[in-house]
Amino acid sequence: MKISKRHKIIVYSVLVIFSLYFVFPFLWALITAIKTEPEVFSYPPKFIPEELLFGNFVDAWNSQNFGVYFKNSVIVTVLTTIGQLISCSLVAYGFARYDFKYKNFLFVLLLSTMMIPWDVTMIPLYMQFNMLGWINTLKPLIVPAFFGSAYYIFLLRQFLMNIPKDLENAARIDGANEFQIFYKIFLPIMKAPLVLVAVLNVILVWNDYLGPLIYLQDKAKYTMTLGLASFQGVHELQIIPIMAITLVMVIPPVLVFIFAQKYIVEGISGSIK
Amino acid sequence: MPIKKKKEKKFTLIRKRVPYLFIMPWIIGYLAFTLGPLAFSLVMSLFDWPIAGEAKFIGIDNFTKMFTADPQFYNSLLITFKFALIFVPLNLGVALILALLITQPIKGMKFFRTIFYLPAVVSGVAVSIIWGWMFNTEYGVFNYLLSFLGLEEPSWLIDPKWAIVAIVIASAWGVGTMMLIFYTDIKSIPHDMYEAAAIDGAGVIRQFISITIPSITPTILFNVITSVIAALQQLTLVLLLTGGGPLKSTYFYGLFVYNNAFKHHELGYASANAWFMFIIIMLFTLMIFKSSSAWVFYEAEVKKEKKEKREKKKKSEVKNNEDFQKA
Repeated sequence: MKISKRHKIIVYSVLVIFSLYFVFPFLWALITAIKTEPEVFSYPPKFIPEELLFGNFVDAWNSQNFGVYFKNSVIVTVLTTIGQLISCSLVAYGFARYDFKYKNFLFVLLLSTMMIPWDVTMIPLYMQFNMLGWINTLKPLIVPAFFGSAYYIFLLRQFLMNIPKDLENAARIDGANEFQIFYKIFLPIMKAPLVLVAVLNVILVWNDYLGPLIYLQDKAKYTMTLGLASFQGVHELQIIPIMAITLVMVIPPVLVFIFAQKYIVEGISGSIK
Repeated sequence: MPIKKKKEKKFTLIRKRVPYLFIMPWIIGYLAFTLGPLAFSLVMSLFDWPIAGEAKFIGIDNFTKMFTADPQFYNSLLITFKFALIFVPLNLGVALILALLITQPIKGMKFFRTIFYLPAVVSGVAVSIIWGWMFNTEYGVFNYLLSFLGLEEPSWLIDPKWAIVAIVIASAWGVGTMMLIFYTDIKSIPHDMYEAAAIDGAGVIRQFISITIPSITPTILFNVITSVIAALQQLTLVLLLTGGGPLKSTYFYGLFVYNNAFKHHELGYASANAWFMFIIIMLFTLMIFKSSSAWVFYEAEVKKEKKEKREKKKKSEVKNNEDFQKA
């Protein structure tokens, strides 16, 4: 399809205007993070700092126990991702490749869990984890991931439904047992949608604020989001380290997204259509 | 023969149990982390349940209190609906415009797509911090840019009139996910449909109304439902950006429930609040679904209808033939 030059100019200008809205806040955070204090609190604001103080990042990192927060965030993110990949692939396989009694009923039940507002189960879950002695540990954030999430299961199932049935029948004739079929044949085929699940989960868990806020109290157990938020509440004027840590916090999900962009776009189109 | 039969029986028995083994993780998780808490929360809503101390059965008192004795309940509900009313159409519109832009056959689209999506991978905490700083009344760059354009400079987070607008602006930053969903759908519309329309003399707008929109109605439905649910549950951003203020002008329903539970320690009352929102969300979803039969078109259905028509025609032709032969 060819388009006219005028059309092109209009499209580009609109794109650039929108880009400002999406990019400028990042840019402004960066500019703020590398300024001196007097520059930050000067008005009109300065767009180009006199000196570029990249050392601000190091100072900000050392001003609180961000090493520990970072480690906690990584632990939670990595373990939940492993948990989701194992459980969701098994469950999706069960729903996609077998016929069994109550299958449709159970699947509708699974999908309906996506509609439950988080605040309905929040309080009982808090009490449940409290009874187990899990409050102020990372367990409430990690363990549920090993039992699967409706959205990821749905996504993987959609993918698995499109593979012809002959595949496992041939393997069965060759004497493979049911788990071997899943493990040796289907798991390798599912690589692309599994990457998508991993990426979505990393973004979601890395950014989670409410879960850690409710379950963690001790600063040694804090995740990055909590560390960052605690920063903001008390010291309103420490804007430089706040911006520096905000930018550090943003890096992992952005990198993950950039590397896995292809899978996200493909995965979304595969799961909706 | 009997040996083989026995083997076969054993095989089918395993085959019958195997699927349940595969879905077992989810079943256990559902009972432990969804159904159990869901039921328990309903029970709790009938109790006066402090965080420490004895729980006391009070019947539907929590619900009566909510509807008759708590002005904050109505206030929060109203604010949340107001927010949803601005947020949902705005985000849907912006997402659709962006998706249309990045499907144009122009160089650099991948770059723009990445830029538009990036804020969507950023946490609510980071969003609230960055935008909070930009909205700052004294040193904020946002008002400086507005003054540059000769526009009004509101006291964003301090002025009850503007605080909710600030939250809409900051939360619209995450529109990228919706855009991506629209984008993948628009891209899958066959090209020859547009070409045929262009030959027939349909302009860009006409093509958009007659081809693009009808083709993506299922995706619009998906996006409407998910964004209504998200809007009604908004919490992180208000908690960090305004804390519900100024003058409770951004005291969203999510914050109302959260504070009742974890600040005022009224777990029973908060459970009743949460269940009310659950019912509201289910009603909304149901309403949207009900209305969808009027405006959502599924490809498979259209095909099915065509097929049915064809078969009907065939049948009547056959019947005509038979009638003819009989005669």
